[in-house]
Amino acid sequence: MHYSWDFSFLWQYRTFIAIGLGFTVLYALGTIVLGLIIGFVVGIARLGGSGDAAAEVAAPGGPNLRVLLTGRPYAAALRGLLFLYVEVFRCTPLLVQLIWFYYAFPVIVGIDIPAHVAAGMTLSLYTGAFYAEIIRGGVNSIERGQWDAARAIGMRRGQVMRRVILPQAIKRMIPPFMNQSITQLKNTSLVSTIAVSDLLYQGEIITATTYRPLEVYTAVAIIYFGVLFPLTLLAQLVEKRMAASD
Amino acid sequence: MADRMIEIADLHKSFGALHVLKGITLEVERGSAVALIGPSGSGKSTLLRCINLLETPNRGRVRVGERLMEFGAGKTRLPGDRELAAFRAQTGMVFQHFNLFPHMTALGNVMEGPVTVARMARREAESLARSLLDKVGLAGKADAYPQHLSGGQRQRVAIARALAMNPAVVLFDEVTSALDPELVGEVLAVIRQLAEEGMTMVIVTHEIAFAHEVADVVGFMSDGQIVEMGAPAKVLENPGNPRTQAFLERFHSFIGSYGQGAGGRAPG
Repeated sequence: MHYSWDFSFLWQYRTFIAIGLGFTVLYALGTIVLGLIIGFVVGIARLGGSGDAAAEVAAPGGPNLRVLLTGRPYAAALRGLLFLYVEVFRCTPLLVQLIWFYYAFPVIVGIDIPAHVAAGMTLSLYTGAFYAEIIRGGVNSIERGQWDAARAIGMRRGQVMRRVILPQAIKRMIPPFMNQSITQLKNTSLVSTIAVSDLLYQGEIITATTYRPLEVYTAVAIIYFGVLFPLTLLAQLVEKRMAASD
Repeated sequence: MADRMIEIADLHKSFGALHVLKGITLEVERGSAVALIGPSGSGKSTLLRCINLLETPNRGRVRVGERLMEFGAGKTRLPGDRELAAFRAQTGMVFQHFNLFPHMTALGNVMEGPVTVARMARREAESLARSLLDKVGLAGKADAYPQHLSGGQRQRVAIARALAMNPAVVLFDEVTSALDPELVGEVLAVIRQLAEEGMTMVIVTHEIAFAHEVADVVGFMSDGQIVEMGAPAKVLENPGNPRTQAFLERFHSFIGSYGQGAGGRAPG
């Protein structure tokens, strides 16, 4: 099989490709930030589920979140809803979610949703579900004794969280957070299916006009790799540093 | 009575179907050291954790210093977070497994209460923390993280951390049980010193010989009740209750078979 590779034509599309890469990075960063906000709220709210933190949160005199989430008529419903959110987004493919939010959701709510909004919303909700579990797991992984010791010197619940639990938990959350975020950048490529002009979408457009998919997809792959490889190296470095400081 | 630092009456605690404390009454005089001994599962640690409300009693009254908490039927309003924190700040607690904050140095551990809870200025808190580390013999370890300290050193930092809040009472929960035998002495020496200074203390321990030495009062717990309480010489040498007798007999035979070098620990 013979194929004569020729990448030279790509140079004339450099601005076009750069725009695509810009959207890809923008979607990644934007949805990571939004996802983190969602994940933090949902993860902390779901602490009442199980583990040592849960025992503390469920104890008398709990924080406002607990008042919100336990002992009220709507509390069980809200907890159920958060559980459902996390599991639905973790257990269905992102591609299906994107298509559903772009095509089915507008029909249900009766509002037209532009592609870039549907894309941003779905990606944020998707990664937010994973972040929520990372945050919940990180907090729950801190031993009961840390709560005991902090409460014993008279700390209030918020102080225990801020001074004792979160500083330790965040350290444990960082490696899975970095993994999820690296995956998230690749996940943005799926928005091309609903015509958002990310890197992959731009590649598809170029392919359609040049009929040279092999070069185009090779180039796209190299660009993704070029962005993410330094980040995975960084993640490994951070992980090693953390292991060393333990 | 003003001279009672701790007053506990009719205290009950259950974990699900398990009735752990079955009507405890305990009074601790200001400046006295009370040792609680008894077999594992008798409720000693749970009682201690009820004194500073790390566990919420199901029924009964707990008074520490000027603060009184009542639990049980008709008292459905449980204390709020602020109230609980203020109540706990009056007592110091030292745990079996140290529970030092691993992300803080020894100095940081001791400063944490004064700075975060008591809102003391950092400079002032630091000099307080340094003097307390000096008191427990660890002035040179102020900047060490817990993972670089031995068990005995960790426990002494934990004692300094508890003292930093200037507590009215210090609760010791089997503080030498997780230590290698050769490290027990240094921790007991610190507690002994506190007893000599007149610190009010409740000490849950398996170190019978130590209880005999430092405690003003020894209570023997069995099956969720304090079945015998009195002077160490009476309770430990001439117990009146058959359960105390049985427990101490096992202990004496344990000493007999291992010699005094075993550190005087009770079985179980």
